[in-house]
Amino acid sequence: MLTILFDGIAYGMLLFVLASGLALTLGLMNFVNLAHGAFAMAGGYVTVILVNRSGFGFFTALPIAFLASALLGSLFERTLYARVYGKSHLEQVLFTIGLVFMAVAAVDYFLGSQQQFAQLPEFLQGQFDLFGVGIGRYRLLIIVLCGVLTVALQLLLSYTRFGSRLRAAVDDQRVARGLGINVNAIFAVTFAFGSGLAGLGGALGAEILGLDPTFPLKFMIYFLIVVTVGGTTTITGPFLAALLLGIGDVAGKYYVPKFGAFVIYTIMIVVLIWRPQGLFARAAAR
Amino acid sequence: MPVVLETIDLEKNFDGTLATNHVSLAIEQGARCALIGPNGAGKTTLINLLTGVLQPTSGRILLDGRDITALRPHERVRLGLVRTFQINQLFAELTPVETIGLAVSERSGAGGDWWRLVGRKPSIVDEMAEILDRFHLTDVMHERTATLPYGKQRLLEIALAIACRPRVLLLDEPAAGVPEAERHDLLRIIAELPQDVTVLLIEHDMDIVFSFAKRISVLVNGALLAEGTPEEMSRDPRVRAAYLGEDADA
Amino acid sequence: MTHPLSRDIAQHLAARARWHPLEVAFWLAALGSLFLLPNQHLILTEIAILALFALSLDLILGYAGIISLGHAAFFGFGAYAAGLFAKHDLIAEPALAMLAAGALATGLGFATSFLVLRGSDLTRLMVTLGVALVLREAANKLDWLTGGADGLQGVVMAPLLGRFDFDIAGHVAYAYSLTVLAALFLLARRIVASPFGLSLRSIKDNPLRASAIGIPVNRRLIAVYTVAAGYAGIAGALLTQTTQFASLSVFDFERSADVLLVLIIGGVGYLYGGLIGAVLFKLGQDWLAHVTPQYWHFWIGLFLVVFVLVGRDRLTQWQSAARAFLLRAVRLQALRVRGEAGRS
Repeated sequence: MLTILFDGIAYGMLLFVLASGLALTLGLMNFVNLAHGAFAMAGGYVTVILVNRSGFGFFTALPIAFLASALLGSLFERTLYARVYGKSHLEQVLFTIGLVFMAVAAVDYFLGSQQQFAQLPEFLQGQFDLFGVGIGRYRLLIIVLCGVLTVALQLLLSYTRFGSRLRAAVDDQRVARGLGINVNAIFAVTFAFGSGLAGLGGALGAEILGLDPTFPLKFMIYFLIVVTVGGTTTITGPFLAALLLGIGDVAGKYYVPKFGAFVIYTIMIVVLIWRPQGLFARAAAR
Repeated sequence: MPVVLETIDLEKNFDGTLATNHVSLAIEQGARCALIGPNGAGKTTLINLLTGVLQPTSGRILLDGRDITALRPHERVRLGLVRTFQINQLFAELTPVETIGLAVSERSGAGGDWWRLVGRKPSIVDEMAEILDRFHLTDVMHERTATLPYGKQRLLEIALAIACRPRVLLLDEPAAGVPEAERHDLLRIIAELPQDVTVLLIEHDMDIVFSFAKRISVLVNGALLAEGTPEEMSRDPRVRAAYLGEDADA
Repeated sequence: MTHPLSRDIAQHLAARARWHPLEVAFWLAALGSLFLLPNQHLILTEIAILALFALSLDLILGYAGIISLGHAAFFGFGAYAAGLFAKHDLIAEPALAMLAAGALATGLGFATSFLVLRGSDLTRLMVTLGVALVLREAANKLDWLTGGADGLQGVVMAPLLGRFDFDIAGHVAYAYSLTVLAALFLLARRIVASPFGLSLRSIKDNPLRASAIGIPVNRRLIAVYTVAAGYAGIAGALLTQTTQFASLSVFDFERSADVLLVLIIGGVGYLYGGLIGAVLFKLGQDWLAHVTPQYWHFWIGLFLVVFVLVGRDRLTQWQSAARAFLLRAVRLQALRVRGEAGRS
C-alpha cells in the first residue's frame, strides 16, 4: 500500500511539473492553452532521440530537453500565440486545439506512432527495499528532482523581483501595467519557462507515462484538472491538486481497476460543481 | 402610505471592507426618493444587494412586507423590483424592438413560449409600440443597439426597465453621460412616471436630485448618514461636511 | 392592434421569420439530391448526420453561448442506445428506436445541464470535456454491454417503418436521415424564432441584463442544453442505424472538436451554419482522404490555426459576401425565368 502511495506521489509530482507552466500562463493571461502537452511531448522526444540514437547521457539530455522546449515555446509564443491573446476563449481553444492536432500528426509522420522509451542509466533501473517498502529508483529520482523544482519555483516566485512582478501581474494585470511592469515581457518569459518545465516533465515522464504522438491529447485533461482544481493564484494549489490526482489515479487503478479512470474524472466534475474557482484557490474576486 | 421597500440592518462585507454598513431603509409606496453620497459610498452596492446581484452578509430585504432576501434577481423583477444600470447594460446585437419585446413578453408570461413566433400577440406588440413611442425610439427601433448613439441607448436602458412594469424602480444615475439635449427629455419621462410607481434615484447631479426627490437619503462609507427632505439635507451640517469639496459637479 | 406603429413592428418581426429564397433553394437542392444523386447517397447520409450534430451544437453555442468540448457525449450516448435497442431486439423498428435513443440523450442532457451553469468558460470546457471522457471510459469498461474497444457488433436493423429495408447503396438511409434532419431543423427554426429563442440570444449577449429584466436565465439554459443533447443523440442514433455499427470513437475528443470546426466553418448562430459546414467538411475530408488518408487531422489543425489568426470577422465578411453573391445569382435566375415565361 505504501508502494502505491509512493508511486502516486511520484506520479503527482511529475504531473505538477508538467502542469505548472499551464497554471502560470492561465493565471497570468487568462489564456487557455490546450496545446501545453505538445511542449511536454517535445521534451520527451528530444530526450529519447538524444539518449537512444545519439548516445547522450540521460542526465545530460534532461537540461537540453528543458532548453529545447523552452525555445520552442518562446518561438511559438512570439510568432503565433501573441496574436491570439485578445481573442475570445472559444477562439483560443480552437487555436490551441489546432496546434495540438498539427503537433500530433507531425510527430506521427516524422517519428512513427509507436511508443518510445528512453534508455535509462543502470543505476536508475529497478527497485530497492526500504523498511519493507518497494522503492522504484527512477520514481525516487522523479520525486527528488520534482521536489527540488517545486521548491525552486516557489522561491523564485516569492523572493525574486521577477517573481513578485509575476505575482502582481497575475493578481491584477491592469494595475501591474499601470505600475510600469512589462507584462508582455513577463508573459513571454513565463511561457518559455513553463514550456521548458513541461518539456522536462515530458522527458522525465516518458518512462512512466508512456510517450507516443497522442501524448498531448491523452494528458490534456490531466493538466486541465490540476489547473482547475488547484486554482491559478498559488503554487501550492496546483501542487496539492497534482498530488491528489496522482495518488487518486494510481490508487484507483490498483484497487478498483474497473473504475480506475472514473475516479479522477468524477473528482474533477464534483470539485468544479462545488467550487468553480478551484479547490485550493484563494477566494479572491477576479 | 404603506412601506413598499424596506431593508433591515443590511450588511455587506467584502473580505474585510464593509461596503454596506447596517443600512436600514424604508421607502413608502409612490415615493420619489434619491440616494446620494460621495463616490465610493456604496450606492451601487446597495442597489446590487436590493436586486439580488449580491447576497448580503447579514440583514434582510422586504418587498411589500415579504422577505425577498433569498430570491434570485429575476424573481425579484417578477415581483416588480426593477433597476437600471449606471453603465448601459443592453443587448448589443438585438434591436430596440426585440429588446423591449423581450421585456414585455417575459412580464406577460409568454417569455418561455417556444412555439409561437415573436410578434404574433397583438397586445404585446401594442405595448411595445407604446413604450418605443414614449421614449422616442421609433426612428431607430429596427437597428442594432450597438449602432445607436449614446443618448438613444440611455433612453433604451430606461425604457427597458419601464417595460417590465415596475412597482419599485431603482435608477442608477440615469442621466450619466447623456448630452444636454437628450437630458431634458429623459428627465421629463422620469418625472412623468405614474404615481403608483415608487422611484429611488441614485444621482450625483444635485439639480436633478432637488427637482425630482421629495425625500433624500445620504450614504457615506456604506452607512446611512442622514435622511430627510431636500431642504433639511441641504441645511444639515453633517451632509455638508461629507460633500464639501467632494462633489465636483454640484 | 391599436397603436399606429404596431402594424409596422409586427410586419418587421414577421418578415424575419419568413422563409428566405436562399433557404428554399437549399432545401430544394437537398430534396433534389435525393432523386438526382443516387450514387452519392452514402456520403450524403454522413453529411446529413453530421449536419444534425452540428445543428445541435449551434443551439447551445450560437444561441446560448455555451462552449462545449464534449458534445460528443450525447452523440455517443444516442449511438450506443440505438445500437443496443436493435441488437437486443428491445425496440426493433428503427424510427421508434431513434426517438427512444433521442429521449435517453435528452435525459442525459438534462442531468448534466446543471454542470454548465456555474463557472467560467474554462470550467465549462473542462466539465463538458470531462463528461465525454467519463462516458467514453464507461463504454470502454462496460465491454460486456458495449463490446468495449472492439465496438458494438451484431447490430442488425429491421426494416424502417416496417417496410423499407436498409439497402447497401444507402438510399433508404439517406431518405431517412434527410427527413429526420429536415423535421428537426424545422422545429429548431421555430424555437429560435420564438420568444424563448429571443431570450436565449439575450442571455448570450448580456446575461446580467437578461436576469435583470426577469428572464430565468438558468432555466432557459437548461432547457436549450437538454434539447440540444436530444438532437445530438438522435444524430448518433442515425449513425449507428445507417452503419449498423457503433464504436468508442463516437465519444472521442476529436469528434467533439470536429463538430465545433464544422459549425465554425459554416458560421455560428443562424442554424444553417452547421448544415453548410457539414457539406464543406465532408467534401473536404473526402478529397483529402485521397491525398493524405492518415494525417487528416493535421489539416484540420492547420485550418483551425489559420482560421483564428485570420479572424472570425473576416470569415464572416467572406460568408456575407458569398451569401450576397448567391442571392444575386438566385434573383437573376428567377428574373430570367420570369422574363422568358412572360415572353412566350
